[in-house]
Amino acid sequence: MDPIPYRRETPGTQPPALWPDYRSTVLRSPRKPLIALPHSLSEVTGPIFGHDRLQPNDADLTSQHKERPIGDRMIVAGRVIDENERPVAGTLVEIWQANSAGRYFHPRDSRDAPLDSNFTGGGRTITDEEGRYRFITVKPGYYPWGNHPNAWRPAHIHFSVFGPSFVTRLICQMYFEDDPMLRYDPIYMSVPSDAGRKQLLAKFDYELTVPGFGLGYRFDIVLRGRNATPPEADHAH
Amino acid sequence: MPIESVWATVGPFFHAVLPWKDGGIMARPETKGERITIIGRVLDAEEKPIDDAMVELWQANAAGRYNHPEDSQSGEIDPFFQGFGRVAADAQGCFTVKTIKPGPVRGLGNAWQAPHIEISVFARGVLKRLVTRLYFEGEPANEQDPVLALIDDKERRKTIMATPDPKEDGRWHFTLRLGGPQETVFFDV
Ligand SMILES: [Fe+3]
Repeated sequence: MDPIPYRRETPGTQPPALWPDYRSTVLRSPRKPLIALPHSLSEVTGPIFGHDRLQPNDADLTSQHKERPIGDRMIVAGRVIDENERPVAGTLVEIWQANSAGRYFHPRDSRDAPLDSNFTGGGRTITDEEGRYRFITVKPGYYPWGNHPNAWRPAHIHFSVFGPSFVTRLICQMYFEDDPMLRYDPIYMSVPSDAGRKQLLAKFDYELTVPGFGLGYRFDIVLRGRNATPPEADHAH
Repeated sequence: MPIESVWATVGPFFHAVLPWKDGGIMARPETKGERITIIGRVLDAEEKPIDDAMVELWQANAAGRYNHPEDSQSGEIDPFFQGFGRVAADAQGCFTVKTIKPGPVRGLGNAWQAPHIEISVFARGVLKRLVTRLYFEGEPANEQDPVLALIDDKERRKTIMATPDPKEDGRWHFTLRLGGPQETVFFDV
């Protein structure tokens, strides 16, 4: 029996491959039309990671080194759900970000902003039964980049999520509401719809805020959904 | 109903911050199957190396079975093979993957698919990952493969064929071209 396919991409929701305002897309975007690939077993399966993939403190980016990193400590939490509003449980969520001064812990980031030896900027966790995740980190700083004169990335955290199959893979960026750099950012502005751009904004959340510790931000992620649930029998053996 | 969140580029700084412990070592000493090494390259439309690319691989084991609850085919799960790999390109845009040759997997309508590996390419300037497959040149099953048959231009089928190293058995070369006259075939999944 053929596997139940996942929903295809909703037209007009994802950024185009070629977006000349973001210069690096020019030589890195296929120009021939993509070939529609029907979902076979190869596409509806995908890697599933267990807690053995995690190191202690992977979800607390402020506890990975000897001392606390410099910056505004914050809690980033939310849910991973699918397009059918079902929780995506037990899936690996990864984040990476610049430090509070806007510098990445990476040999190729050589800009003149301080490195913080107490902050590497990488985190991992696995969602719970309700699809929830929670990270403790510091607010990332702005950083300049060479895309155009006076180009600065808005404050952002990169997210990587797997979901249950090869086709549910997602890499996105989380931004902050009211960031003045958003409308100048070609990566953020490559998103074709208002609704899509809005979905990438973390919301300040008083409930997630921990007294005397740090502000809370909520950021929910939606992965590709299926047209129907696979029959239970498939899981029985 | 909500719709899928919007994709963004991985940017250039994924690796140092989030190292992946196995990298391109997908096969362990205990893994069953024929050992292969994939020497890959990622190039832009001007054939220049993409040194910040990240490539992910997903494949069945030697018996053609995916390590996933939805695969209930007859082949057995190999406890020593997960089937996932993640590698970073080096300064020359090159990467190396040590794995096993995947077995044939059923496709739609129970047709056999030729041995193949699902490939995702991420990089600075790639807003949404690019998806393709790696096939093995000279594999007789390629002739009947339903996905290769979707590529009308037979010349373009060659862009997703790994080619055997003339000097060393089990070594395969695979070049991903994100643009240019020899652009790799990419799929919409
Ligand atoms: Fe970034």
